[in-house]
Amino acid sequence: MASLVPCPHCGLRPKEEFTIKGAALPRPSPDAGADAWLDHVYLRDNPRGALDEFWHHTSGCRRWLIVSRDTFSHEISACRDAADPAKERS
Amino acid sequence: MRYSALSILMNGLRGNRSWKPAWREPEPKAHYDVIIVGGGGHGLATAYYLAREFGITNVAVLEKGYLGSGNVGRNTTIIRSNYLLPGNNPFYELSLKLWEGLEQDFNFNAMVSQRGVLNLCHSDGQRDAFIRRGNAMRLHGVDAEFLDREAIRRMLPFLGFDNARFPIMGGLLQRRGGTVRHDAVAWGFARGADMRGVDIIQNCEVTGIRQEGGRVTGVETSRGFIACNKLALAAAGNSSRVAAMAGMKLPIESHVLQAFVSEGLKPYIDCVVTFGVGHFYISQSDKGGLVFGGDIDGYNSYAQRGNLAMVEHVIEAGKTMIPGLSRVRVLRSWGGIMDMSMDGSPIIDRTHIDNLYLNAGWCYGGFKATPASGFCFAHLLARGAPQETAAAFRLDRFARGYLIDEDGSGAQPNLH
Repeated sequence: MASLVPCPHCGLRPKEEFTIKGAALPRPSPDAGADAWLDHVYLRDNPRGALDEFWHHTSGCRRWLIVSRDTFSHEISACRDAADPAKERS
Repeated sequence: MRYSALSILMNGLRGNRSWKPAWREPEPKAHYDVIIVGGGGHGLATAYYLAREFGITNVAVLEKGYLGSGNVGRNTTIIRSNYLLPGNNPFYELSLKLWEGLEQDFNFNAMVSQRGVLNLCHSDGQRDAFIRRGNAMRLHGVDAEFLDREAIRRMLPFLGFDNARFPIMGGLLQRRGGTVRHDAVAWGFARGADMRGVDIIQNCEVTGIRQEGGRVTGVETSRGFIACNKLALAAAGNSSRVAAMAGMKLPIESHVLQAFVSEGLKPYIDCVVTFGVGHFYISQSDKGGLVFGGDIDGYNSYAQRGNLAMVEHVIEAGKTMIPGLSRVRVLRSWGGIMDMSMDGSPIIDRTHIDNLYLNAGWCYGGFKATPASGFCFAHLLARGAPQETAAAFRLDRFARGYLIDEDGSGAQPNLH
């Protein structure tokens, strides 16, 4: 795991300041049906490679971020605010 | 050759020149009745019980590395059956019973040592939860004893009893729990399966699963195509990747769990002790090294190495529990990749493809489950129906709402 995380608000910060929630998945609409919700809550692609995750900068700006990370090399390729509308996640 | 005191004597008299390798290194055949993907503890145990219990010997175990290179050689060697929930407890108790007879059964010294597993508690609430778990175990016919503070002080006088934040109030002891030499488990199962005709093929990575007409016909591997009647996946750590080859998306994330061993010490800790503060567990190996570990690092990872933050956390927890550890030097640390399932419990089940079977999602609990996992998976493969103690480990339990969430932490794999 990279030791320093490029927070868009605080700059390079140590990893220990962050809390990791897990895969940044688009939330289905409330009426999307049981299958869509089963997929969202329980099923994971679990890739060996690039993965977008929700991280909370608990000991910093306290913003929710989306960190793009490689699950094998642990390299971080991007980090943006989860509310950043310019880069809507797929 | 059967190992015995006599065989040691006879081989010794012949200058130890006639020992044979414990298993063959066969070339893969074109076709097998059953192919097992993953030559870890569970895959090898599955092959062993398929051959021994169910008479299915035209079996191959495909391992991408060498035997024992994955989690069967990376755990902290603890065996126990101190589970609360009905879906879990009888299964782990079956496993503990199999451990108790395993060495005679597969004729290999796995150094099964029932030295006891003690879980310490530090608050009224934790004590009540432990007593409840102990009662549940006893209702299932499993041994459990609650020890008070003074009984623990007599047993392990060097613990930090009077820590201001986490005083030791008592502990739940399972005397039949203990440790096993993990490498010997892989070797014993491999040898036992090989003796009965199973082909163990190392350095053979599965790269694809070939299907025709809704059935699996075989696997593409780094050593060519191999056909099979039934395909069994037991590739913990990489279950999601292997299952994705058959178009499946599993309720699993891969996480890294670290373990540590200290320099060798004189006999010091004669049981397994776990600290209820977060998570810390320790035992002493027969070589004298203290073997210990903690929680997973908390982020998805396929790299078999961990982070320093968790090293620090584990060692802090250890020093809080046993202040005397402060001068002990750590010799090595390593990481293994866990299949963290969404409820913290495993999956042994059929899949949407008729002749494809899945054994996955072992979280931290894989090593202690090795014999029962192999036995139950072999039962499913041979009979087409689940073994009764593993009937709850269904893949569709997440859709049906029958989760087995021992921790009660929900669909958050990094919290189990």
